[in-house]
Amino acid sequence: MPSAEHHIGAPRSRIDGPAKVTGAARYAAEHTAPDLAYGIVVSGAIARGRIRSVYAAAALAVPGVIQVFTHENRRRTAWLDYSYKDDVAPPGAPFRPLYDAEIHYSGQPVALVVAEDYETAAYAASLLAIDYEVAEHETDLEAQRAYAYVPSKKRSGIPPPPSPRGDAEKAFGEAPLHVEGDYSHAIEHHNPMEPHASTVIWEGDGKLTVHDKIQGSQNSQRYITSVFGLKADDVRVMNAYVGGAFGSGLRPHYQLFLAVMAALELERSIKVVLTRDQMFTFSYRPHTLQTVRLAADRSGALRSIRHDAVAGTSRYEDYQENVVNWSGMMYHCDNVALTYTLAQIDTATPADMRAPGATTGVFALEIAMDELAERAAMDPIALRLRNYSDEDENQGKAYTSKELRECYRVGAERIGWSRRSSVPRSTREGRELVGFGMATGCWEAYLQKTAARATLTPDGKLEVATASSDIGTGTYTILAQIGADGFGLDLADVSVRIADSTLPTAPVQGGSWTAASSGSAVQAACQAVRETLLGHARGLHRSPLANAGIEQVEFRDGRITFASDPARFVTFADAMRAGGVDKVEAEATAAPSVVTALRYVSYTHAAVFAEVRVDEELGIVRAVRIVSAVAAGRILNPKTARSQILGGGVMGLGMALHEETMMDHNLGRFMNHNLGEYHVPANADVHDIDVVFVEEHDDKVSPIGVKGLGEIGIVGTAAAIANAVYNATGKRIRDLPITLDKLL
Amino acid sequence: MNNFEYLRAESLGQAAAAAADPATKIIAGGTNLLDLMKYNVERPSRVVDITRLPLKDIAETEAGGLRIGALVPNSDLAYDERIKARYPLLSSAILAGASPQLRNSASTGGNLLQRTRCYYFYDTATPCNKREPGTGCPAVHGQNRIHAILGTSQHCIATHPSDMCVALAALAATVHVTGPNGSRDIAFGDFHRLPGDAPEIDTTLRPGEIVTAVELPPEGFAANHTYLKLRDRLSYAFALVSVAAALRQEGGRVVEARLALGGVAHKPWRDEAAEAMLAGKPASPESFAAAADHLLRDAKGHEHNAFKIELARRAIVRALGQAAAGTPQSQTDKRIR
Repeated sequence: MPSAEHHIGAPRSRIDGPAKVTGAARYAAEHTAPDLAYGIVVSGAIARGRIRSVYAAAALAVPGVIQVFTHENRRRTAWLDYSYKDDVAPPGAPFRPLYDAEIHYSGQPVALVVAEDYETAAYAASLLAIDYEVAEHETDLEAQRAYAYVPSKKRSGIPPPPSPRGDAEKAFGEAPLHVEGDYSHAIEHHNPMEPHASTVIWEGDGKLTVHDKIQGSQNSQRYITSVFGLKADDVRVMNAYVGGAFGSGLRPHYQLFLAVMAALELERSIKVVLTRDQMFTFSYRPHTLQTVRLAADRSGALRSIRHDAVAGTSRYEDYQENVVNWSGMMYHCDNVALTYTLAQIDTATPADMRAPGATTGVFALEIAMDELAERAAMDPIALRLRNYSDEDENQGKAYTSKELRECYRVGAERIGWSRRSSVPRSTREGRELVGFGMATGCWEAYLQKTAARATLTPDGKLEVATASSDIGTGTYTILAQIGADGFGLDLADVSVRIADSTLPTAPVQGGSWTAASSGSAVQAACQAVRETLLGHARGLHRSPLANAGIEQVEFRDGRITFASDPARFVTFADAMRAGGVDKVEAEATAAPSVVTALRYVSYTHAAVFAEVRVDEELGIVRAVRIVSAVAAGRILNPKTARSQILGGGVMGLGMALHEETMMDHNLGRFMNHNLGEYHVPANADVHDIDVVFVEEHDDKVSPIGVKGLGEIGIVGTAAAIANAVYNATGKRIRDLPITLDKLL
Repeated sequence: MNNFEYLRAESLGQAAAAAADPATKIIAGGTNLLDLMKYNVERPSRVVDITRLPLKDIAETEAGGLRIGALVPNSDLAYDERIKARYPLLSSAILAGASPQLRNSASTGGNLLQRTRCYYFYDTATPCNKREPGTGCPAVHGQNRIHAILGTSQHCIATHPSDMCVALAALAATVHVTGPNGSRDIAFGDFHRLPGDAPEIDTTLRPGEIVTAVELPPEGFAANHTYLKLRDRLSYAFALVSVAAALRQEGGRVVEARLALGGVAHKPWRDEAAEAMLAGKPASPESFAAAADHLLRDAKGHEHNAFKIELARRAIVRALGQAAAGTPQSQTDKRIR
């Protein structure tokens, strides 16, 4: 762009920040409507079986109760499984709320109690009695491991493991250095602050406006119209503000279905909000049993990589992640064998949770690499550099950019890697053992087809619009920055409209693709507006810009100016007047380049370093310092970018040390279903987190050179901490979280 | 949550009379009761609000101790200058628990009466002998990481969740109560009970009795004490094991010791025999370890909490060491010392 960039690359505060901190920002559950009714979801108590009867008389007798919806009296909905498939659904038959008497998991919704107010609905819900026919269940992945299978249908966007290359088993046997280990992490729940909620506003004549907690308004909109057979024009979904989601809001959840069902049936507005306990009954990072076997020659060169994973899924959907492919991709090795299978348990379908698959698989690989470094008597960084690869080893394609070497260098310098003793349990400070660890992080840099519209008015105000979401990442702000720099505007002159299903098509916000995708779309739309506006300016009678090309002009101060001669300019207003228009509007779409994809792959990379202190007697771990050195292409806004990495780092810390959803296998039920007993890190557990972005120029990954940051902060963090704990204590913990009992 | 009648008590007598009805619950700070009502664990037909009653003073006693009104908020108590100076163990224990917001609301009497945080007790979809006597205890063969290792029964392995009460047990406080049949005093060690075959009963309060005050004896062990709380994260989590330790020392020898544990039993676990073992002994890791072994002599673990026995042993030694050195655990430091 010829115009100077003032906002892109600058640390701008969130433009939606004031609305959020003053409470002006309304989240899904905070919208209201005249005559709004309230629905309370009643959750099932057993893991598997059938509902024999629902005794609703007592609930219905409570004054103010409008209706109790169950599978026996629900509105007719689509009966084809296919109609319930949302944009993110894995293969299988999606869960259909209140569809029939079958119970698939503990906590499944079995009724919706609707009343004039929340309190009445909650009270009536407590009076509902349900009689079950209990069937045998199995919720233990270990027990189901024997029945693991390769999913017959691959999940869209999730590559299955590549075919083996070389002979990993033979090479393992022949190589002099080996490591082999089983790795697992606890089931984790996303726990965004905002609960899942839907406020459905009955607009009359079958028209609905829905405020939904979702990572993509158009996903919910398509789901509703498909399930209830509604016309697309009759359903508008908005998700103006999302209080965190981390993947839990990619798919529409049952509160949306139930709220829409009740609104259609009762022809009135309704709100349904799930409780924290209910949020613990579905959508979780699946338990995954992993085995990693590495072999190397005496120089540390990898001779064999095998990585096998068995992941839990529900009985009704084949939820899949890319867990093992990283092990064939990240390092150079000629003999690689990777397997990924599923085993079914009686829970709800797992869900994408921040860097799904990579968080799981890279944690195992990067601990194994630490083990191998010790076996090879090499520094862990040196081992990774020894096996560094400039191409995706699975596909044999080059990276559009990969500044991982610089991440290692900068990260090592910042953490003070030279202070690390290569001998475990050899550094102490008072009662604490000191340890350092590191790991590599990796996440695919996606560009997803996204449309955006830009509208410039004569007063120099710009509106940019796309159906993208802002789940707390800073989308509003970066789109304003891109728009502002397109026309030399202040941020305050740009209004950003997103989070509305009626806006230009955008995918769910996930996969770290939104900044690159919606940002590129907005920039393309702005560029189209600039060209149209310049056309109008050139058409002005005796135009000072008569022969100016788009590359020769700048847009700033409400004018189009000849770059080499600032005296020659046309104001935006005059240009529009000349064109006989009162605004200039354009829509544009950004999409991945097929040509680039033939030759290149794009990934973000990170080197994560951790320094821990472990109380030798009590086993308490403090991660006193985490350094995350990230190569993610162009950084649009260092402030919001840093926040993404900080958040990912804290989540990785939680995975390493704290987070664990505990399943009672006798009851088939998650038991610690609240924020008091499911331990996300508290401020007291979070120490210094140092985020650094290394320079990385990438003109192929996306039109604006951006890679995305939502996931990379978590990948590798847990491994870095676990490796530091090993360095401190000499105890290799391969089963997360590293709670104090594992170190006693 | 069920529908309930709300009554604002104008007098202690009125509150006690109302509380004699088992379907009535007294509410003060509400930090635990309201949660339990939202979860349908407690379903009182009437809630009696006692927050207007004059039980908010901290007063000197003739014996030289302090009498803490039942409605003194946990925060006010923890930051009271007399408590900080004379009973820093109590102040520290309070600050180890909950969050500032909860401590602002929670009352002294309510803290004594909070219910266990056992997962099963809180989840009405599961059996629980404490919530519904006779339904069984799934924790015994279920998820029992946070459960008790001392004084358990086959009917219940829940723990008492309070930190404040562990300090009050160590300080040998007295609980003043008033009921339909007058007032009486209960030694702190007798206030909470073990589950036995009636885990639904947490305390020795009789029907209608209301806690009016907690009295501290003159000795506050201000020089040598600590409250050491070990948990699965460093803040806002209940104790896996906590230790209130207090010593009187002369010339490197222990004259008198107090030792109470939280997170390990159905009540704050004070062991006077273990304390007596320390009297006259050098303030050394060896004496501390011997006392710890004695205190844990009957400890019994379950599948996920057996580690608590060794953890408790080490925590006791560490805590007594902190107390002896006059270096109590800070509740604002982001580390265990």
